[in-house]
Amino acid sequence: MIITADSYLLKEMLRIRLVEEALADKYSEQEMRCPMHLCIGQEAIAVGVAAALKITDRAYSNHRAHGHYLAKGGNLKAMIAELYGRATGCCGGRGGSMHMIDLDVGFMGATPIVGGTVPLAVGSAWASKLQKKNEVTVIFFGDGCFEEGVMHESLNFAALHSLPILFICENNDFSVYTRINERQPDRPIYRVAQAHGIKSAYGDGSDVEQVLKMTSNAVDDLRDGFGPWFLEFSVFRWREHCGPDFDHHLNYRRPDEIESGLAKCPIQSYLKILLGRGVLNSDDLTILENEIQAEISTIFQSVLRDEMPTIDDARTYLYA
Amino acid sequence: MQEPISMHNIKERQISYVDAIREALDQAMDLDPAVILIGEGVPDPKAIFSSTAGLQEKYGRERVFDMPLSENAITGVCIGAAISGMRPVMIHQRIDFSLLSIDQIINNAAKWHYMFNGKSKVPIVIRMIVGRGWGQGPQHSQSLQALYASIPGLKVVMPTTAHDAKGMMMTAIRDDNPVIFIEHRWLHHVKDVVPEQPYEIPLDKAKVIHAGENVTIAAFSYMNIESLIAARALLSIMGIGVELIDMRSIRPLDVDAVIESVQKTGRLIVADTAYKTGSIAGELIAQVVEFAFEFLRAPPLRVCSPDFPTPTAASMTAEYYPTPVMIVQAVLKIMGKGDDTEGYRQLIQSVKREGLHDVPSREFSGPF
Repeated sequence: MIITADSYLLKEMLRIRLVEEALADKYSEQEMRCPMHLCIGQEAIAVGVAAALKITDRAYSNHRAHGHYLAKGGNLKAMIAELYGRATGCCGGRGGSMHMIDLDVGFMGATPIVGGTVPLAVGSAWASKLQKKNEVTVIFFGDGCFEEGVMHESLNFAALHSLPILFICENNDFSVYTRINERQPDRPIYRVAQAHGIKSAYGDGSDVEQVLKMTSNAVDDLRDGFGPWFLEFSVFRWREHCGPDFDHHLNYRRPDEIESGLAKCPIQSYLKILLGRGVLNSDDLTILENEIQAEISTIFQSVLRDEMPTIDDARTYLYA
Repeated sequence: MQEPISMHNIKERQISYVDAIREALDQAMDLDPAVILIGEGVPDPKAIFSSTAGLQEKYGRERVFDMPLSENAITGVCIGAAISGMRPVMIHQRIDFSLLSIDQIINNAAKWHYMFNGKSKVPIVIRMIVGRGWGQGPQHSQSLQALYASIPGLKVVMPTTAHDAKGMMMTAIRDDNPVIFIEHRWLHHVKDVVPEQPYEIPLDKAKVIHAGENVTIAAFSYMNIESLIAARALLSIMGIGVELIDMRSIRPLDVDAVIESVQKTGRLIVADTAYKTGSIAGELIAQVVEFAFEFLRAPPLRVCSPDFPTPTAASMTAEYYPTPVMIVQAVLKIMGKGDDTEGYRQLIQSVKREGLHDVPSREFSGPF
C-alpha cells in the first residue's frame, strides 16, 4: 500500500487506538500502577492537529495525553516504559501516564493539574516570539479547563502579545462525570475565547480532515505573526474518565448519547471515506493493523525486561 | 566569578540595597540577552521602588515588561519561557501577591526538572518583597519564606546587605533552578559597600557578621539589623559576645555554619521575620538540636513575630514586631542573667528605639 496524506492520518489514528486498547487490556494485570486516562474516541483531534505542525513546533498537554504525545511523534517505547514504571520511561518512572515528554519531537510536557500547562505553552510561544523563531506552540486542554482562572489569564496574555499559540479545546462535555451544563452557562466556549480578542472557531472533533484543515489555516496565520488562535472541537469520550473500562452502567450519559457517540468513531468514519476514495482496500487495512500490532507487542515485551528505578534514582535531579 | 576577598579594600563605593538590586539586574541583562524582566509596575514611574528604573529605556520593550494582573498565568508564562531558553526575572511588589501563583510555583517550577527526569530546567528568579510599617496590615507584610522553603526543588534566599543583594541576584539569575528571592522592604534604603563590577555570592552559605563567644544569634533578613544593634550594645555595656550569623539562604539552610558557632557558644537564638509557628527558625533549631544537641548549654530560643496577622493601626504594630529589646532580653535569658541590674537598665535604654516605630528611616514619609 502507498502511504498517502489521507492514509497517513488513518494510520496515525489507528496506531493510537490500538495502543490505547492494548493498554486497556493489560491494565488489569496490575503492572501499570498509575492512573491512566485513555483517549479512545478522541484520536482525530490529536492526529489532525499534529499533522499541521512541524517537528520543531511545540506541544503541551494535560492528563489525557497519550494521543497528543504519539501524534506529535513521541517515542512509543518510552511512553509504555513510563506506564510500567521503568527506568527507560520518558520520565524515568517518576511521572507515569499523566507525565509525558519527548523533547526530540517538541512534546514539551503533559501534567495533570488542570490548567497547569496552559500558561507554560503561552510562555513557550512568548519565548519563540522573543527569540524571533518561527515556531508555533499548541496547548491541548478540555472543556473543564476552560473554567480555570489561569485559562483566561493565559488567553488575555496571549492576545495582548499576539503570540504564536494555538489553543485546542477538546470538549467532551464532561469533567469526570459532571456534565458541562452543571459547570458552565449555555454559551459556546470558543465565543468566550473570541471575546478575549482571539480568532476562534468550532469544529467536529471526530472528523480528522476537518481538524487538519482548521488547524492548518490557524497555523498559517500563526507563522505569519497573526496569533493567537483558539479551536474548539466536540468529541465523545468512549471510556471512563480514569481507567481502562467502559462505564455505561453508571448512567451519567443517556443510552442514546452513548449510541450516537460511539457511532461517530473517527477511525471507522474515516476508513469508510478512504475505502470510498479507493485509497486503500480491506487487505491494506489488515496489513496496517498487523504492522501496528507487531510494533506494540514487541514494545510491550521488551519493556517488561527493562530495569526498575530505585529509591537512589529518585534522589537525583532535584536541582539542575 | 569569585566574591572579592575584601570588598572594603578595593573601592569604597556605598550604594543602597535597592540600587544594588537594580545594578545586578542591569548587569545580568547586559551579560545575557536571555534575561528578561516582568512584573506589575516594572516600567512604571515608580519602577518597583526604583529597583527597575531605566531598564526598559536601556533594554527595550522586548525585554522589560509590565504585566496583566494575572500572577498565576504570568508565573506559568515565565516558566514556559524559561523551559524554552529565556531567563525571566518576575517581580511581586508584595510577597503576599505571590500566593495567587502558588500552583505554578509549587506544582510546576519546583518540580519540572525533577518530574521529567532532568530533561528540562526552569531558570527563573521570582523577586518577592516583604512589606512592613505604615499600615501594611494583614495582607501586605507577611514573611512567607518558610512556606516556599518547605518545597523541594525551590531555592529560597533572603539577603540582608546591599553587597549580598547584588551578588546573590547575579547568582540567582545564572542559576538553572527556580530561585525565590525575598527582599525586606526596610532593607531597601540601607547602604553597603558594593563593588561596581559583576560578582556572584553563593546561594547556600551563611555569613558571620559579628563575632562573639557567648551566644549565637542566627538571623534572617531584616532581623540581622535588629540583632546587630543588640549585639553591639551587649558587647559594649555588658561584655557579652554575640556571634551573629546572617543566614542569607533559607533553602538550602546553612545549618553547618550555625552548628560550628554553637560548638563554641553553646547557646542559640534564632531571629526571624516570620510568624513563630512553622517558621524557618523552628526548622533551624530542630536541626541543631537533632545534630548538635551535646553542644547546647541552654534550650534554644526563637525571636519571631507573633502568631497572628499583622494589624494595621500603629498603636497595635508598636509591639507586634520583634525589636532589639526583645533580642537583648532573649540573650540575657539564655545566659541566665537577671534583669534587675544597672547594666540591664543601661542596655535597654541604649537599644530602645525612640520616635516613630512604623517607618524604616527618618526620611520616610509614606505611603509605602
